[in-house]
Amino acid sequence: MRIQLKIWRQDSQAKQGRLLDYSLQNVTPDMSFLEMLDMLNEQLIQQKERPVEFDHDCREGICGQCGLMINGRAHGPLPNTTTCQLHMRTFKDGDTIYLEPFRATAFPIKCDLKIDRSAFDRIIQAGGYISASTGEAPEANSIPIRHDVAEAAFDAAACIGCGACVATCKNSSAALFTSAKITQFALLPQGQIEARRRVLQMVVQTDTEGFGHCSNTEACQVECPQQISVLHIARMNWEYNRALLSPN
Amino acid sequence: MLKAKIPDGPLEQKWNLYRSTAKLVSPANRKKLDVIVVGTGLSGSSLAASLADAGYLVTCFCFQDTARRAHSVAAQGGVNACKNYKNDGDTVFRMFHDTIKGGDFRSREANVYRLAECSAQLIDQAVAQGVPFAREYSGYLSNRSFGGVQVSRTFYARGQTGQQLLLGAYQALMRQVGAGRVQLFPRHELLDLVLIEGKARGIVVRNMDTGAVERHGAHAVVLATGGFGKIYYLSTLAMGCNASAIWRAHKRGAFFANPSWTQIHPTSLPQSGEYQSKLTLMSESLRNDGRIWVPKNNAEQRAPNDIPESERDYYLERRYPAFGNLCPRDIASRAAKERIDAGYGVGPLKNAVYLDLSKAIREQRKHQIEEKYGNLFRMYQKITGIDAYTEPMRISPAAHFSMGGLWVDYELMTNVLGLYAIGEANFADHGANRLGANSLLQACVDGYFIAPYTIANYLADEIKTGPVDVNHPAFAAAEEAAVRQLQRLLDIQGTLPADQFHKALGKILYDKCGLSRSRAGLEEAIASIRTLRDQFYSELCVPGGPDMNSELEKAGRVADYLEVGELMCYDALTREESCGAHFREEHQTSDGEAVRNDQDFAFTSAWEWAGVGQEPIWHKEPLRFDYVTPTVRSYK
Repeated sequence: MRIQLKIWRQDSQAKQGRLLDYSLQNVTPDMSFLEMLDMLNEQLIQQKERPVEFDHDCREGICGQCGLMINGRAHGPLPNTTTCQLHMRTFKDGDTIYLEPFRATAFPIKCDLKIDRSAFDRIIQAGGYISASTGEAPEANSIPIRHDVAEAAFDAAACIGCGACVATCKNSSAALFTSAKITQFALLPQGQIEARRRVLQMVVQTDTEGFGHCSNTEACQVECPQQISVLHIARMNWEYNRALLSPN
Repeated sequence: MLKAKIPDGPLEQKWNLYRSTAKLVSPANRKKLDVIVVGTGLSGSSLAASLADAGYLVTCFCFQDTARRAHSVAAQGGVNACKNYKNDGDTVFRMFHDTIKGGDFRSREANVYRLAECSAQLIDQAVAQGVPFAREYSGYLSNRSFGGVQVSRTFYARGQTGQQLLLGAYQALMRQVGAGRVQLFPRHELLDLVLIEGKARGIVVRNMDTGAVERHGAHAVVLATGGFGKIYYLSTLAMGCNASAIWRAHKRGAFFANPSWTQIHPTSLPQSGEYQSKLTLMSESLRNDGRIWVPKNNAEQRAPNDIPESERDYYLERRYPAFGNLCPRDIASRAAKERIDAGYGVGPLKNAVYLDLSKAIREQRKHQIEEKYGNLFRMYQKITGIDAYTEPMRISPAAHFSMGGLWVDYELMTNVLGLYAIGEANFADHGANRLGANSLLQACVDGYFIAPYTIANYLADEIKTGPVDVNHPAFAAAEEAAVRQLQRLLDIQGTLPADQFHKALGKILYDKCGLSRSRAGLEEAIASIRTLRDQFYSELCVPGGPDMNSELEKAGRVADYLEVGELMCYDALTREESCGAHFREEHQTSDGEAVRNDQDFAFTSAWEWAGVGQEPIWHKEPLRFDYVTPTVRSYK
């Protein structure tokens, strides 16, 4: 396959970025999308040019580190797939592919396609945990949890923190990310004592980081590699309002 | 010289005795003591959170952009714990015995017993943190049996147990970061360890976003930097996994134990082309419900579903009737290699075997299989384009887990005072072969329940030390050496990218120091690696400068791998027996089973660095078996 690439190149956060053209011969359909970029970088190194910086690590769809806007879609054309799990068989010989970083005020660009998603860490720091210090735990089976509740909590907990929801949202909202964590802990009996504080602080932190509000376009759910449901956002809003109205 | 510091007393009381007599640091003194934790996987995050919660000053580093992405995230199948919830006869002793036996009698009894002993507590901890383990309809925790054991002691969260356990530990860490009790430095990579008067006193790191080289001092340094199976290039590990932190500590004096013992996992997806960057693992939990086979005819052309039952060779069931598809990983991988090498492999490159779940789907209904393995089937479809509900998966062995690592004593301290290695970065517990679902366990137990006690025991004598001065000449010297090495890599200005050297090294190691090893092959490998290393230092090309530069990061790691690989070959060459993952062709029975030599090789090899290209210095820690009798590990 022959592939034309238009890639966002930006030397650093302070510098101006622009799209540059590249072309690749001999791309094979079984290649992963990131292996195609490896191939490009190898070519650039041999030409003594600076390779394209991009985020990636596990390359099996679970670490959440990769993430590119591919032809304007977060993680590319397939629904619910990380960039690393996208393969070149999805594209056609002669295709032109536009590659840009995930864009959001809260995700500043570091270099080329690499971005800073530390805002997500700070949202978790604001309350995305159960305060169970090491050694305090009671016997595990003393907390029975209904099978369907455990499964639903898992569905929410499966978020990999890639940021595709933010990148695809016209408001750059982190509602899907934040609500997934809030839902996981709202469903489980553990950590109920902290529920009110958790939801209030996490929502405030989301605003502080510069993420926008949710206006229910549900685009995030379409791109989410883990198929996290927008219903969690409704739950977050309910939990938030309940927390605001509750006396303590 | 090698003092394992195993406490006296009966096996089942050793850990309790240790904890009862270990020195303590009073809460008021803890805030005077700094601890550096490198790595934020399960062992690093859990330790950093536990120490910070206890009141120590913790500084924590990882190379990923956030702590939650460490490769513990990728462990799929589960975590073992001796709860005996199934009432199927599980006990701490049985779990200890299974692990010692699974490790082919090449691990320390006291360490392994402690691992089993602390396992139950881990499940309690994880559940309290909100880890959504699978549940029965009764609401109680569910268990399954996993790779090579006959009781059901594996807890799981669909096929994402590692991710969920890591998120539990990550969230505990974030809680401490938010409270200002841990200083966390993501996108920082360790360049060197700093020793002052023989004690680990800090590290030199590189900020990967800016290229700045920084010094950090502490009273104790913990390496929780994971395994180095990525040395084989094609592996189940993440692209960034590396040996650099432990290797640089090794060059500062820490001994490296059993470096050649790498687990080659039997159920990975096969390589499909030259460009490939990694091999994706399919959890071996699939072996609980799947049957592994190849065609009986090596010229078979039909699609798998068209091959009748009578023309399939279920070779694991044939060779190992007692354990069948659930035999341990080393056995399953070697059996697959045997069939593939004999020409019975399947797929376009004939480099795979079938893993067939059709019987389970028929017997248990599809939705039940989907609930257990849904994400694995989805992943398989995304990578291969094949629907495994209708056609068998194709799987193949791939480099996976490092049983070897830095040598540590019972306290998880290396032979360098104040330097600890925990989780996969150390060599303890798994012997020559790790049992499925024991890696998550070991990482968590080291971080939550062992190192917090043993590090306190060391720090109790450091209360009067005062803050560590990063202006000490030892820091300056380490920083200067680290910067010089970076500049050396940048200055080569050859024509070949680091990946090409990495791929070449990986191929040498797969062929000569992988599933099967021989004296001649290992000697050749050492010579080839030396040549490759010379070529690396004359032909490497790292474009760009010392600021943000992924190629410079890669080159640094490959430079280390080119030295680690040589040590692996020495280790494999000197061990004249076959045990666990280490299979020497000279030491096998007539039907191809491993022959262990307890008379001469019941020891751990711990290697001391002697310089580049120099033969490393060999130390041996004898292994004593007072509570189990080493037997031939038969799964027939």
